[in-house]
Amino acid sequence: MQNNLVQYIYGIADNALILGQRLGELCGHGPNLETDIAMTNIALDLLGQTRSYYQYAAKLTGNEATEDTIAFLRSEREYKNVLIVEQPNTDFAYSIGRQFLFDVYHLLMLEQLQNSSDETLQAIAKKSIKEVSYHKRFSLDWIKRLGDGTEESHTKMQNAINDLWTFTDELFYQTDADKAMVSEQIGVDVTQLKDTYYSIISDILTESTLQVPDLKYFQKGGKQGIHSEHMGYILADLQYMQRTFPNMNW
Amino acid sequence: MKNWPLWEVFVRSKNGLEHRHCGSLHASDATMALENARDVYTRRMEGVSIWVVPSKEITASNPDDSAELFDPAKDKAYRHPTFYELPEELKHM
Repeated sequence: MQNNLVQYIYGIADNALILGQRLGELCGHGPNLETDIAMTNIALDLLGQTRSYYQYAAKLTGNEATEDTIAFLRSEREYKNVLIVEQPNTDFAYSIGRQFLFDVYHLLMLEQLQNSSDETLQAIAKKSIKEVSYHKRFSLDWIKRLGDGTEESHTKMQNAINDLWTFTDELFYQTDADKAMVSEQIGVDVTQLKDTYYSIISDILTESTLQVPDLKYFQKGGKQGIHSEHMGYILADLQYMQRTFPNMNW
Repeated sequence: MKNWPLWEVFVRSKNGLEHRHCGSLHASDATMALENARDVYTRRMEGVSIWVVPSKEITASNPDDSAELFDPAKDKAYRHPTFYELPEELKHM
């Protein structure tokens, strides 16, 4: 039970960590100063949420575990984030598309996590909802601007949505740990969120004059620790300092 | 994006106080200006309310006119309400 709970927490927290790391890459590289600050603000929100989850996971794990050992000293297979958050910042449309497809899911999931029978998860969800509501507002606004903008912005936004669509189904996949936590009323039954998710996404895309992709084949694996080729590079950046100079502080 | 117009940002730091000018930013329209202002100027709990105004809508005094506009006030000390005895209870005058 304890181990399932820890794995379940990783499944939520690793999404925030890896997406936060991806957004952090844009620091100093955003399309303009205002958007740069906006996206790194979101990165910091996500890292803040990650810390709360990892601190709880460390307490449950005991021994020498801390939020830092969980963040920096696990191997690739031990990360349980979904594939979509690993996808690179190919261009601004990709970063916005990735954010939008994740934010809508994230908010739906947190709304349910507020009702968890686990008081700590309940509290983290309540705190995070305000932040994630803003993330969604930001990404949704940009989807509309780019989709219903110029011919070029429309094409780029459509390409990004088409390429990222294949990762959306995994959001609703359940691992054994997820199922165990759902049966204890601790975890969120994500399968129940799927229809709402796709109907929200479809409405927004249509309103933004974008096509809803018609795809039959979806990628998955991240939730079981089987990641895309991008993950190794992300972890190399993320973990370098602690691996090279163990226990380093500043 | 380099053609986005400039906006002036006013932030009220807490209820009961006035909005104060805190800076400017670029945005394509008012909605984006508000969101950018939220991200750029209120990320360290600086505010509870934001106004944005297109910079081009502001009419400014000409610095060349400073002498006639502002200098005459310099020797009018009697215009400052410093000659009154304020009661103790009045804290914020």
